[in-house]
Amino acid sequence: MSQSNDATVKSRAGFRRKKQKVEEYKVPITKAEVKKQSFLIITAAIFLVYGFVFYYLPLGGWIMAFQKYKPKTGLLHSQFVGLDKFKFLFSDKTFIRVVWNTLGMGTLNLIATFIMAIVFAILLNEVRQNVLKKPIQTISYLPHFLSWVIVTGILHDALSANGIVNDIIRFFGGTPIVFFGETKYFWPIVCFANVWKETGWNAIIYLAAITSIDPCLYEAASIDGAGRWAKIKNITLPGIRPTIMILLLMNIGNVINAGFEVQYLLGNDLIKSVSDTIDIYVLTWGISQSDFSLGTAAGIFKSVVSIVLIVVANYIAKKTGEERLF
Amino acid sequence: MSREKEVVKRKRMKKSGYDYAFIVFNTIFMFLFVVITLYPVINTVAISFNDGTDAVRGGIYLWPRMFSTKNYVTVLGKQNIKTAAVITVLRTVIGSILALATNALLAFVVSRKKFLFKSGVSLFWVITMYVNGGLVPVLLLYKDLHLTNSFWVYVIPGMISAFNMLVMRTYMQGIPDSLEESAQLDGAGYFTIFWKIISPLCLPVYATVTLFVAVYQWNSWFDVMLYNRMKAEYSTLQYELVKLLSSVMQQGGNANNINTTVGSGNVTPVTVRSAATVVTMLPIICLYPFLQRYFVSGLTIGGVKE
Repeated sequence: MSQSNDATVKSRAGFRRKKQKVEEYKVPITKAEVKKQSFLIITAAIFLVYGFVFYYLPLGGWIMAFQKYKPKTGLLHSQFVGLDKFKFLFSDKTFIRVVWNTLGMGTLNLIATFIMAIVFAILLNEVRQNVLKKPIQTISYLPHFLSWVIVTGILHDALSANGIVNDIIRFFGGTPIVFFGETKYFWPIVCFANVWKETGWNAIIYLAAITSIDPCLYEAASIDGAGRWAKIKNITLPGIRPTIMILLLMNIGNVINAGFEVQYLLGNDLIKSVSDTIDIYVLTWGISQSDFSLGTAAGIFKSVVSIVLIVVANYIAKKTGEERLF
Repeated sequence: MSREKEVVKRKRMKKSGYDYAFIVFNTIFMFLFVVITLYPVINTVAISFNDGTDAVRGGIYLWPRMFSTKNYVTVLGKQNIKTAAVITVLRTVIGSILALATNALLAFVVSRKKFLFKSGVSLFWVITMYVNGGLVPVLLLYKDLHLTNSFWVYVIPGMISAFNMLVMRTYMQGIPDSLEESAQLDGAGYFTIFWKIISPLCLPVYATVTLFVAVYQWNSWFDVMLYNRMKAEYSTLQYELVKLLSSVMQQGGNANNINTTVGSGNVTPVTVRSAATVVTMLPIICLYPFLQRYFVSGLTIGGVKE
């Protein structure tokens, strides 16, 4: 669960790694070389132990999903039940609903944050006065640095009965809306929260990509009498197309991750049916109800879907001739 | 200079109707963007300085209506907030230092071109970015390691992150090999190379990673809830905010519950929460504008395509 928000950037570094693999050369393993590199080898080994304990050992816990796990009997002596837990999961209406919620909100967030970041980057690039551009950009990062707790709190204030949004609705003669009392508002609220928080931050990478477009292209277009809109459409957008495609591909795997903190903090009993996600399901069953096996099974399902999504995205990229991750 | 001005002038003359429409649209867009981004933050500050019972009536926008500092007195006087602030600062500082030291060292090792097990070790860490055990196995593991109900669960488990390590590695790979080679000729070992040669050149990327980790540590609350729920002495500011938020949400935030007060005097959950929010976000808001170039460069190292 930790740092799931960083997942998008994580994969960026992973991508970069692949590109540089080309220039590697091999040193043969000899005694003298091992001795010379003893510091490197020992350091790597210590970190390997750390990584094994904290990242690989939990994978062994996946056995629990196939057991009727009891803390008393432990991993080794609990009764095996095969795929029972998974059968239960897929026959559980609540689980089907949380999967739907997760994928729905994840997709909505992905599309909305994506489009907004690109639009914002392009429009900010068109602001010619540096006096305005710099402060706007600084302000745009601000929400990224606030925690979800703060963001949801702020959102809750704004959407409450006496909040600014209902004040505006009243001002225009409408009837106030109970935003957290009806199911139809929840997904758009989560979507807006994500857009609000991450637009400026996500735009950083597009702005960097825009800067690397050859200025000559713009000059040439100006001479040919192209207006701003024509230049955006014919130069800027095609220029950042590779970046857009790469980021889109990388984020597709995250669709299944897109939802825990906001949903957990803003959800309530009235809107549970649209706000609960897989992570909340795991939390309720796996931790609060102590059904470790069921919680693990749901977790495995999530991991598998995530990997499948990444592989499929990669395959599509390969077919369409775009850059790939692996 | 004069030539530039001329170009600008010519451009102005050329502006078509479309271009004017575009500029108008863009100005409105940017204005709305800034307002929507800043308003909620300013509003929170305004509410935090307002009298509690008065604030329940609503209608406070950019400036407090009945000025009061009682909310801050209440928040800063609470023992649990004080403890939480200390723990938050501690986990941010210790977590950042540990993460910096370990990630830098590991990045140094895997960025050495001659390192024998380079590709194997790199793959080992890259896999951790895509596969994880999930909530339940991780919780049970931490229990077995006696990390739950302790401070160390905040800083030890997430210490090395493959992403941060790879950002550093990419940066280190950009440093010419000749530096390492000449130091080796002078008899320097690998640790000396790391400490005396590579690290001083890597300060920008070190700053970037430290910033990422520090923000993550400062903003975390889920690990507090999951692993240290029973240990009030290890609570953090964000988790205290979670508790305050849920008390506000139970109250429903409407005017019928005007009598619900916490503590003494005219403070309500809403205003107290606002004050706590301001206290929690203030350090970050004050610092991040000065660190811009570090996170911008960090993200672009991470993967912009040339």
